[in-house]
Amino acid sequence: MAALLEAEGLTAGYGQTAVLHGLDFAVEERGVTALLGANGAGKTTTLRAVSGMVRTGGALRLAGERIDGRATEEIARRGVAHVPDGRGTFMELTVEENMRLGAYTRRDRAEVEADFERVFGYFPRLRQRFRQQAGTLSGGEQQMLAISRALLLRPRLLLLDEPSFGLAPLVVQEIFGIMRRIREEQGVGILLVEQNASLALDFADQTYLLETGRIVVSGPAADIRRDESVRRSYLGY
Amino acid sequence: MSATEEIPATPVLAQASPRSAMANWQRGALVLLGSAAALAPIFVLESFQLFQLTMAVIMALAVLGLNIVTGYNGQISLGHGAFYAVGAYATAILMSHGDWSFWATLPVSAAVCAGLGYAVGFPALRLGGLYLALTTFSLAVAVPQILKHRAIEDWTGGVQGLFLVKPDPPSWLPVDADQWMYLVALGVSAVLFLLSWNLIRSRVGRALMAIRDNPTAAEAMGMDIATLKTRAFAVSAMITGIAGSLGAVVIEFVAPDSFGFGVSISLFVGMVVGGVASIAGSIFGGLFVLFVPNIAEEVSKAAPGVIYGAILILFLFLLPDGFAGLLRRAAARWRRVAARNGDGP
Amino acid sequence: MDGLAHQLIAGIATGGIYASVALALVMIYQATHHVNFAQGEMATFSTFIALTLIQAGLPYWVAFVLTVAISFALGVAIERLLMRPVQHAPVLTHVGVFIGLLLIVGNLTGWVFGYTTKVFPSPFESEGLLFGGLVSGHELGSTVVTLAVLLLVYLFFRHTSLGLAMRAAAYNPASSRLVGIRVGWMLALGWGLAAAVGAVAGMMVAPVVFLDPTMMLGILLYAFAGALLGGIDNPMGAVVGGFAVGVLENLAGAYVVGTELKLTVALAIIIGVLVVRPSGLFGRVVLSRV
Repeated sequence: MAALLEAEGLTAGYGQTAVLHGLDFAVEERGVTALLGANGAGKTTTLRAVSGMVRTGGALRLAGERIDGRATEEIARRGVAHVPDGRGTFMELTVEENMRLGAYTRRDRAEVEADFERVFGYFPRLRQRFRQQAGTLSGGEQQMLAISRALLLRPRLLLLDEPSFGLAPLVVQEIFGIMRRIREEQGVGILLVEQNASLALDFADQTYLLETGRIVVSGPAADIRRDESVRRSYLGY
Repeated sequence: MSATEEIPATPVLAQASPRSAMANWQRGALVLLGSAAALAPIFVLESFQLFQLTMAVIMALAVLGLNIVTGYNGQISLGHGAFYAVGAYATAILMSHGDWSFWATLPVSAAVCAGLGYAVGFPALRLGGLYLALTTFSLAVAVPQILKHRAIEDWTGGVQGLFLVKPDPPSWLPVDADQWMYLVALGVSAVLFLLSWNLIRSRVGRALMAIRDNPTAAEAMGMDIATLKTRAFAVSAMITGIAGSLGAVVIEFVAPDSFGFGVSISLFVGMVVGGVASIAGSIFGGLFVLFVPNIAEEVSKAAPGVIYGAILILFLFLLPDGFAGLLRRAAARWRRVAARNGDGP
Repeated sequence: MDGLAHQLIAGIATGGIYASVALALVMIYQATHHVNFAQGEMATFSTFIALTLIQAGLPYWVAFVLTVAISFALGVAIERLLMRPVQHAPVLTHVGVFIGLLLIVGNLTGWVFGYTTKVFPSPFESEGLLFGGLVSGHELGSTVVTLAVLLLVYLFFRHTSLGLAMRAAAYNPASSRLVGIRVGWMLALGWGLAAAVGAVAGMMVAPVVFLDPTMMLGILLYAFAGALLGGIDNPMGAVVGGFAVGVLENLAGAYVVGTELKLTVALAIIIGVLVVRPSGLFGRVVLSRV
């Protein structure tokens, strides 16, 4: 089965500084891949590389098609929805406008409306706050909004950058619970970056561990969860 | 937190240039050569061409003024023509109404313009690059109207302006009035250029550039930003104002319509083309400001403006550090080649 | 009393012009964080195009629509050719490019169309005054037209998908790209719209102040003042500010400083706003984190 996303020898950097030094990883169709690692390991940069937000070298293939070197908006139009670190909410716009922007590139009106309903099913609070300015939402609600915006693109691949960041544990649980539902119901492939390793390992199929821009451990999440030595050396628990 | 595609490019602005490795005799020879070249025109050029060269020197001085506050200190002024106008009118009013000698008006003009620059510098503190550009632009547009106003008409001569008479050359010098004005302009400019050059190489100069390049860091390092910036404005206004005074007496006429926003724009273009944050660049800028429109006017009345604009944009795209930058890079390359040849077998 | 009422109404009429140009300025500022110093010259150039079309025999409103379309295209072209290459450059470079644009467009206008002042026709009945001498046909007509244009622009931005995308691109280009918005083209469209709105303003003001290459320079200043007064990042505010400046200018000119110093009023407003409340009446106060 061809992978949904394949990275081969991926390098990336900012200006003169190289951050990623040749990564090989994959996200399977309908699968969840987690990228773990400490701060500064290059996890966020990896997602940015997939989205074309930084200069890259090496190869990136989305369902077999090369996307490295393409503009971010073109990659998004090919069905890659990226929920960036910091959520990337349009603060000055309303919740409704944020969501409509998610569906901006779609032409199938009826399906878009159906998707809106589905998203409200996941996150009923957004229906309540529909006309409110996005900047007034709480952190957890903004995360929900960001994920909704991504889903409204009807993506093939969902990139999630630290969805648990800055959120209370209960809220995080709620969000991950919903992400499980999304994964089952939508059939979308997910590339997840998380600092909270145990959360990620519970959720993911495949895991890659990054350290200063290189993959040091990789394997099925279940195996890594069981491997005490890996957990203790790299994940701190 | 937000993603960036690439780090935005910053232009290579001149920092204080390092002491060049020139032997003393080489430096002395350069000064001698330079002086000879500067004085030569008196003997070689016709009266009108000498007048033009005099104006070029004055323009260079005016551009130098702008360079100090915009090039070296990063405060964008699109209204320096206003200081030029004030300097010109200060001299004109004192000479025309008060019968003052030209030399006596210079300190007054300098003081008034410095004061005005200081006054402008205060609100300028609150304005970021763009807003300051906007405000000074508005000032430049409004200047002719202010100068024509009835309330001060008795002094300024209103729309008709004021006439001046060039000072006579001293009796012991065998030069005519035009040649004397050239020497005066050259002399005053040389002094101010030298003082500015010293200022830029001093600690104050480095502080000004630090404020331009990284105001947050400069403040964190304890620099008194407010004082430095307002004083930069004062000095800059004074220099351009003195240029205005020189201009007034060389042309022997001031009128409100000669000081429209075109002057401010010319100074800005001269600064960019000559080389932002460059003493030598100011000289190129002055030459450019004076001679290019004259040449362009041969083509059509509109041509100077269009050519100005086109050259400005071309330089911003291709040569952001102006003529001076181009020469600097050429000199560096030549030095490298020479060194390599010197090391050869 | 009559005089005051007429001054107010005349102020509103000119205010409409300032509001339109102020809106154009704010649209470009919002998208790019740069002020288009050449906005006035572009509007003047457009107005000359309109005159040429009218003199060639086209009916007024046909020439009007054509001019708006041409101006739109020119605005898009300028953004793609001139602004795009310097989008990441420092402020000085940007300001310089705008000034260069001002020089080129301003002088090109004179070159192509000549420097003599021309009479520009008004499509509205200008003979006699309406409503008992309060307002001229042109003042009323031009106010209606500018209000209509402003309303259309508002509706476009608030209620269309494209308008939403343009706002998003201005607020947050990075996130906009993530949802597939081609930010570059949104900027170009913004420029096109701004140029079109400016053209309308030019055509409305030309019958009053007569058409020559320097027509819009003073108006640009008033538009700046209006935009700043209302809040340079707030389109609504810019419109209100424009009207306010129009009224203030007229009243100050009639009763306080005399007509010769009216530009100084604009300057005073600009300085006043920037010193007292830089974000304007309705703008957001932006705190910069160190």
